[in-house]
Amino acid sequence: MLTLLTDYTLQNVMLGAALIGVISGVLGAFAVLRRQSLLGDTLSHAALPGVCLGFMVAGAREMTSIMAGALVTGVIAALLMLALVRHTRLKVDAGLAAMLSLGFALGVVLLTWIQRQGGAAQAGLDSFLFGQAAATTRADLYPMLVLVVLALVAVGLLWKPLKLMTFDPTFAAVAGLPVHWLDRILTGMIALAVVTGLQMVGVVLMTAMVIAPGAAARQWCGGLRGMVLLSGAFGAFAGVSGGLISALAPGLSTGPVVVLVATAIALVSLLIAPHRGLLPQWWRRRHRRSHTSTDRILLTLYELAREHGNWRYRVEQGAVDAFYGMLTEPQLTDLHARGLVVPAHHMPDEGPHWQLTDAGVEHAAECARRRSRQRGRLE
Amino acid sequence: MSELGPDIREPHEPGLALHVEDLTVSYDDRPALWDIDLNIPPGVMAGVVGPNGAGKSTLLKAVLGLVPLSAGHVRLFGYPYRNQRRRVGYVPQRSSVDWDFPTTAVDVVTMGLYGKLGWLRWPGRRERDLALRALDEVGMEALADRQMSELSGGQQQRVFIARALVQQPDILLLDEPMAGVDATTERSIIDILGRLRSEGRTIIVVHHDLQTVQRYFDWLVMLNVRVIAAGPLDAVYTPRNLRRTYGGQVALLDAGGEATDESAHANATH
Repeated sequence: MLTLLTDYTLQNVMLGAALIGVISGVLGAFAVLRRQSLLGDTLSHAALPGVCLGFMVAGAREMTSIMAGALVTGVIAALLMLALVRHTRLKVDAGLAAMLSLGFALGVVLLTWIQRQGGAAQAGLDSFLFGQAAATTRADLYPMLVLVVLALVAVGLLWKPLKLMTFDPTFAAVAGLPVHWLDRILTGMIALAVVTGLQMVGVVLMTAMVIAPGAAARQWCGGLRGMVLLSGAFGAFAGVSGGLISALAPGLSTGPVVVLVATAIALVSLLIAPHRGLLPQWWRRRHRRSHTSTDRILLTLYELAREHGNWRYRVEQGAVDAFYGMLTEPQLTDLHARGLVVPAHHMPDEGPHWQLTDAGVEHAAECARRRSRQRGRLE
Repeated sequence: MSELGPDIREPHEPGLALHVEDLTVSYDDRPALWDIDLNIPPGVMAGVVGPNGAGKSTLLKAVLGLVPLSAGHVRLFGYPYRNQRRRVGYVPQRSSVDWDFPTTAVDVVTMGLYGKLGWLRWPGRRERDLALRALDEVGMEALADRQMSELSGGQQQRVFIARALVQQPDILLLDEPMAGVDATTERSIIDILGRLRSEGRTIIVVHHDLQTVQRYFDWLVMLNVRVIAAGPLDAVYTPRNLRRTYGGQVALLDAGGEATDESAHANATH
């Protein structure tokens, strides 16, 4: 394990993946809140022609010019998308999808053309599709580091405008903020995040790195600051642990493993986060159910019967379900078994109905008396 | 808006809370507002009513500089909106916001102070105190640290009003604040607005319920792409103007007719 951690290649991979995780986590948090999850997808696919153009300009597999090219075409695609949405009747999703396929098609055409030209240096270019972490060198890390620091500083400086614009764009405009410019800046920064991850994670999977940490962090946090910090932390954790896992199990490529870890974090968060998680919600509903005693449901039937002036009043099960916000069939069946209610006739297009028996009326009246005595004692 | 020349520094109609002259706004070559003149004096509680598509929200957006003006100009206490931001509070429609955003009531109200703080200063203890006081004014202080997504529609609406109040505005613009709130909340919102008016602020409310117009407002703007009538409620709220505003919409006409009868009755008994 220790020897692994001092391994030069592994160090590079883990550092690089952590940088990608931080930047895509922090900026992805905003994208998720603005319901622009697809934006990462579009930006990364539209970056592919830029990768090829960068390669053609530099004449070699040179990271800085490739990243610059990717950034340029990604940003152009994003700006075109914003303009399409503003000036035509296209909605955001249609604009994003159009730019995604246009960018990717252009990228693949350029890629095959470069490959046709031959030359040994082009060998690594198609790795940008799915990423190739093992090829990361220390020199590759520096431009990534610069981009990450730039993005974090920008988020810090623009914190209040970005927050206002993300929560309530109209109010931001009324407050005098240049909303359209902020929109472009934020989109440009998400493009930066995507470009940072292109080499290691690849254009196809990079979108998950933008969405997953943010979606996970939203589950745990009630404030924007906490959410953005946690999202960055989740991203970094996914990067480091994904790098480690792929090193421990040779043959696994790093990019997909990093994405799998990030997705797993999101999945677990969706399931178990205390307030918003599915399991706690299910647990609370269940808890409420077991605490809603059969007696209370009997009393509801009793009250309804009394209001209608008829102890044999037939109550539809759906009405009781609606009143308690849960399925009350188990309790009603239990009451039936105790001889307190019986199923009643009902119209063929209605649900099951129940009515009180004599014993049911008596028991309910006793419950009601006991409750009013308790209430009297409390007061 | 293009460069307005030096005369913009001179106040134009400074005695009016809102002055709109020759205003036209159009979407897709169809005028949403056509050649509007409108004056609202300070200290009134004005309702803006009209059928769907009459341009009520567009009027607010034009005042706030959110839509380009095809023609005309807007002044608030004599100056364009962009020189008067601090004096204007705006309460957008509740549905314009994604309520899943992670934030608390007091945090939302603090956002109302971001403009005053500028780009670099961070909100601190003072801003929190101001925000809490604004929440107190709308009866929401107890729920200050509650998540916005956990609040009811009426409570969210009151937080929005507090966010406008925290700026201490002289004029308050509200876009359908009663939409989707229950009767009790509507009552309490009206009480809050009435109190603000008695402090001398000007309140302008886009409203869609003709039944309550007479109880809520003392000034009325009846809008249907053009201004049909505007002025003190008693002078403006007539069956004839209602008919002209709502055209052939018989059901609304009937509702207006009833409301008018009610008022005659109310006047007689008072």
